[in-house]
Amino acid sequence: MGSRGILPPPERGRVRGGGGLLVAAIAVFLLALAALVVPARAQEPTPSDDEVNAIAKGLYCPVCENVPLDVCPTQACAQWRATIREKLAAGWSKEQIQQYFVEQYGARVLATPPPTGLNWLVYVLPPAAFLLAAYFLWRTMRRWERAGQSPQPPASSSDDPYVARLEEELRRRA
Amino acid sequence: MTSTDSSSATTRSRPAWGAALVWVGVLALLALVGFGLIRTQRGPVAVGSHMPDFTLTTFDGQTYDTAKERGRVLVVNFWASWCKPCEQEAAALEEAHRRLSPDGVLFLGVNYVDTEPEALAYLDRFDITYPNGADLGTRVSQSFRIRGVPETYIAGPDGILTFVKIGPFESLDEILTAVKTAQAGPSS
Repeated sequence: MGSRGILPPPERGRVRGGGGLLVAAIAVFLLALAALVVPARAQEPTPSDDEVNAIAKGLYCPVCENVPLDVCPTQACAQWRATIREKLAAGWSKEQIQQYFVEQYGARVLATPPPTGLNWLVYVLPPAAFLLAAYFLWRTMRRWERAGQSPQPPASSSDDPYVARLEEELRRRA
Repeated sequence: MTSTDSSSATTRSRPAWGAALVWVGVLALLALVGFGLIRTQRGPVAVGSHMPDFTLTTFDGQTYDTAKERGRVLVVNFWASWCKPCEQEAAALEEAHRRLSPDGVLFLGVNYVDTEPEALAYLDRFDITYPNGADLGTRVSQSFRIRGVPETYIAGPDGILTFVKIGPFESLDEILTAVKTAQAGPSS
């Protein structure tokens, strides 16, 4: 009687164990789902690598000359990129971040130097050189054009006694 | 013959001002490039020269004007948290500071091209207590024309450099000896 009223322990265990397994499976599934969702939520406020690199490519670390910050592999540059990420997360604009870097490390960190002092030469010289070259090219071409239009000197060398003599000498030796 | 010569002379004299202008421009540009090259090739400030004066605001907000520190031996160390060789000498510099500060020797750490959280973490890690500050705008490092970090410059009480170390110090003794030289008297 007693043994009937109370389910034998292994059986109970099995029934309960089956329910427990189901609950555990659901729990694991939900946890897995949460694990998939939580990092996505955590990343939302963090600026992406693309956003960071969009600013970083306009900056150069003085330690690694000629290597833009977005592709520079050194620890110093990684720290700079982390700073850009922090500032972006704090809501700073691209200009504010660039200004911050200029104040901290000088204007030489900028990929395009500000047009002040001797820097303006960088902006003025190339177009000036281009215009100058274009002018000289135009002038030379015009001279060639005029030369082409003007009557050619007679090809005959008979007028020139020296040439005539030379030709005669050549004929004799041939 | 004469008419040909005169006509060619006219043709040559007409663009003379333009050619002169171009030559002046080219020469000016070459001079500028040359000046820039000379500047970059000068190397760091050398022993026997005057230590460049600068103002350093430390991470805790104190300001040091080296021009007002005449009469003291000054040890200026350029470092960065990302610089592995700097770690090699960090403890020795701090030890030297602790031993020599009672004699009036002033140690100043100039943090070069670094980010503040990492710099502070570095100072904390090596328990560095002498004044340290960021080289804002890299003005100090440019005036010393440093090539990298670590670099250390020691000036005597008269402000003349007596010792320049490019790279890390090998030992505490090396620092102590260098400072003693600066303390020894008027530098030559």
